Amino acid sequence: MKKEITFTLNNEKVIVEVDPKWTLLYLLREVFEMTGTKEGCGYGECGACTVIIDGQAVNSCLYPVMEAEGRQIVTIEGLMTKEGDLDPLQKAFVDEGAVQCGFCIPGMIMSSKALLDEKEKPTEDEIKECIEGNLCRCTGYVKIVDAIKTVADRR
Amino acid sequence: MDGLKFVGQRVPKKDAPLKATGDAVYIQDLKVPGMLHGKILYSKYPHARIVKIDTAKALALPGVKAVLTGADVPNNFKFGFLKDNPPLKSGKVLSTRDEIAAVAAVSLEIAEEALDLIEVEYEELPGIFDPLTAMKEGSALIHEELKSNVLKLPWKFVHGDVEAAKKESAFIAEDTFSTQWVTHCCLGTSGCVATFDASNNLTVYSNTQIPSLAQNDFLEALKTFGLKKKRVRVIQAVIGGGFGSKLDTYAYEYIAILLALKTRKPVKIVFSREEEFLATSPRQCTITKISQGCDKDGRLTFREMEMVLDNGAYTSWGATTPSVMMVPISSLYKVPNIKYTAKCVYTNNTYCQAFRGYGNPQATFAIESCLDQLAEKAGIDPHEIRRINANEPGELTPQNFKITSCGMKDCIEEVVKRLDWKGKRGKADGRGVGMASLIHVGGAARVYKSDGCGTIIKVDDNGKVDVITGSSEIGQGSDTIIAQIVAEVLGVGVDDINIINNDTDVCPWDVGAHASRTTFVAGNSALGAAEKIRDQIMEIAAKTLGEPVEALEMKDGIIFSKNDKEKNIPFGKVLRKAHYSLGGRMLVAENFYDPPNENFDQTFRGNLSVTYAYGAHGVEVEVDKETGQVKILNYIAAHDVGKAINPMLLEGQIYGGGLQGIGYALGERMIYDKGYLKNGNFLDYKMPTVRDVPPVQAVIVESDEHAGPFGAKGIGEPGLVPTAPAIANAIYDAVGVRIKDLPITPEKILKALKEKAKQNG
Ligand code: FES
Ligand code: FES
Repeated sequence: MKKEITFTLNNEKVIVEVDPKWTLLYLLREVFEMTGTKEGCGYGECGACTVIIDGQAVNSCLYPVMEAEGRQIVTIEGLMTKEGDLDPLQKAFVDEGAVQCGFCIPGMIMSSKALLDEKEKPTEDEIKECIEGNLCRCTGYVKIVDAIKTVADRR
Repeated sequence: MDGLKFVGQRVPKKDAPLKATGDAVYIQDLKVPGMLHGKILYSKYPHARIVKIDTAKALALPGVKAVLTGADVPNNFKFGFLKDNPPLKSGKVLSTRDEIAAVAAVSLEIAEEALDLIEVEYEELPGIFDPLTAMKEGSALIHEELKSNVLKLPWKFVHGDVEAAKKESAFIAEDTFSTQWVTHCCLGTSGCVATFDASNNLTVYSNTQIPSLAQNDFLEALKTFGLKKKRVRVIQAVIGGGFGSKLDTYAYEYIAILLALKTRKPVKIVFSREEEFLATSPRQCTITKISQGCDKDGRLTFREMEMVLDNGAYTSWGATTPSVMMVPISSLYKVPNIKYTAKCVYTNNTYCQAFRGYGNPQATFAIESCLDQLAEKAGIDPHEIRRINANEPGELTPQNFKITSCGMKDCIEEVVKRLDWKGKRGKADGRGVGMASLIHVGGAARVYKSDGCGTIIKVDDNGKVDVITGSSEIGQGSDTIIAQIVAEVLGVGVDDINIINNDTDVCPWDVGAHASRTTFVAGNSALGAAEKIRDQIMEIAAKTLGEPVEALEMKDGIIFSKNDKEKNIPFGKVLRKAHYSLGGRMLVAENFYDPPNENFDQTFRGNLSVTYAYGAHGVEVEVDKETGQVKILNYIAAHDVGKAINPMLLEGQIYGGGLQGIGYALGERMIYDKGYLKNGNFLDYKMPTVRDVPPVQAVIVESDEHAGPFGAKGIGEPGLVPTAPAIANAIYDAVGVRIKDLPITPEKILKALKEKAKQNG
């Protein structure tokens, strides 16, 4: 039995019929065809599916879709400005060489975005803590941490 | 090399914005109209006879469009290096990743439900899970039609006289080392979409690292399926990590093709993470007996190695890793006498394949650990023994490798200096330093008959450049490196260059993203094509400006006369001239670069690579004697890269490779118990997280390789080659125990410490 839910997605109000068994990731990827949010494992271990819900970085693959009701949800698709400029974090990831295959990158950016929204100047340890759950096999994380630091340092 | 504008710059990766915005389309994201979803049923047992498969209930489930079993594979089709692997097994299953049935359905959920409805009756058979047991005389046979479990592959290399050298050596160290299965853990799992047109031409959307070879494999398959004279097109989606995992074709691809053929619909198969762990092919585990000797001054006299590799139940290209292992075995340091044999052995385990370094990490772990043992016996500092024996330009190694540029000594010295080797070594106070060096192919590797790559460049009449390359982009940055090379030659911006690299209908031929060959081969190929198109442009410009070609220069998109700067013409205008003049022409150039390297001969001699890559890693560790925990305090990774075309992307290769190496050394392991994978998920497999990253320096040593594009060599694989022995050597320096079996876990360290205490007490 489908149920209707309402929430805010990337600053737009959405009303959608969902199957309560779905995860938020399923709704985003399969129903809305917003494929920027990735599935790397489907069970909460890789962070590729990270989105921001009410300011918190969350693994959308574990998030029951019914819980989305009334919430503010931001995905990687919601970061660019209306003018088409990259978010400072996206830009730093590009410029610092933090992107290789790129599969982990939307999740990395969403995790660090949640941190930077909350903290003006996070410490290196806080940066590491915030992406601890985001696996990357390509970069060795060095340039990813550098990219996040660059944004924090510029503030 | 002065005056370079694009080469040598930290140019951001061309496709990074696409990936950072979530716009990149990976195989997971791809939808083709009318597409069905395929799922594969794997064997319940590592070794069993399939008594009966009943698919009726699965087929009856609404939404299911096809169910296939081994009986549906036409004409006994098998794939793999020795053609011993049917995409769907019938009769017998030989490992727990054996595919026995497959479903195509209108949704993934229905396909999964249908798998549960397939009824299989097995008769379980005893399995063989240890290569040493499988090698024994009279052992049961994995493949009954063969006479032995040892693969008939000729892995043997002999040079000089090892027996005589042993007698003359002042010191000899010998030991046995072993390594484990590790898996690639690409964040994007494997997958494909297969679709036929009305005339049975096939298109495969794929993750492959070898589009041209995969195209050929699929063509062969179609022929066996009775579809002669068909076309195959391979289109690569954005690839979510490669590391060698996609250097072969796999059962899931043939299954998707068979399902598409049966249903007349596009069929997509994408692995779940569990499936990725279970059904992709890891790095081979090895058991290596090694013995090395030196004279009284520390000069190496011989190296003897005997290796056993667990091949698993089927044979992929991975069975050729012993040939690449020969690179360090014959040529890491100057060693006059060499003897090496390797046996690949069938077992009922998972079958292995290529993984970054292709055997080199396993071989280097044994060589470099044993070298420290030898240095200790000889009373020589480990750094010193490496310096004394380091490779040098001008050398011809036992396998006839011609050593051209060689920055090995520089790399070793960088490690010594940056690690404060002399100040830190030999304290045995729980902290210690260790190092290890590497040699790898750095100028391609002629494993196939060709080692070539084609490039086509065309310029449109707005002055934009399309570079159509055979090389594959798997995250390493070939798109950007090629663009920088072409930009340098043409004097236009990197942003004005568009790289097309993912479609066999369009792209010229290439043997794939492997052997750290792309910068070298695709780079040289692009360089040649760029020079050709530059000549064409100059010719037209010369005519238009009324100046001789020699007097012209191209800079910032403008061609001008060196004699008279007023005489100039923008790049784009030259193109419009070419197109719009009477008797006009098109500006297209092609170039095929096949490097002047050699296949091995029957004795495994031949200059496999045009040039070789070197490096040295040094590490400082702290070992907790109570818990056995190893903490890396400092990590130096120095690499001779010829010339860094893009230092930023290059560092990314070193950091990424290095952390994979640290995982290999200290934690990663696929745990197989009697053929069953016990830790096939991220939680239990423990690939490194950001918390495992030590303070690390990537040191770039430039040796300027004359055969490389602008002096560059390959760097894709070397980053993880010497990591494990460097760490093992540092642990020995810290607490006096040597772990010879990877990964080096706290339990193994504690056990060794206990044994050591017992011996001393
Ligand atoms: S897909 Fe959600 S954590 Fe991996
Ligand atoms: S860039 Fe490939 S997994 Fe992070």
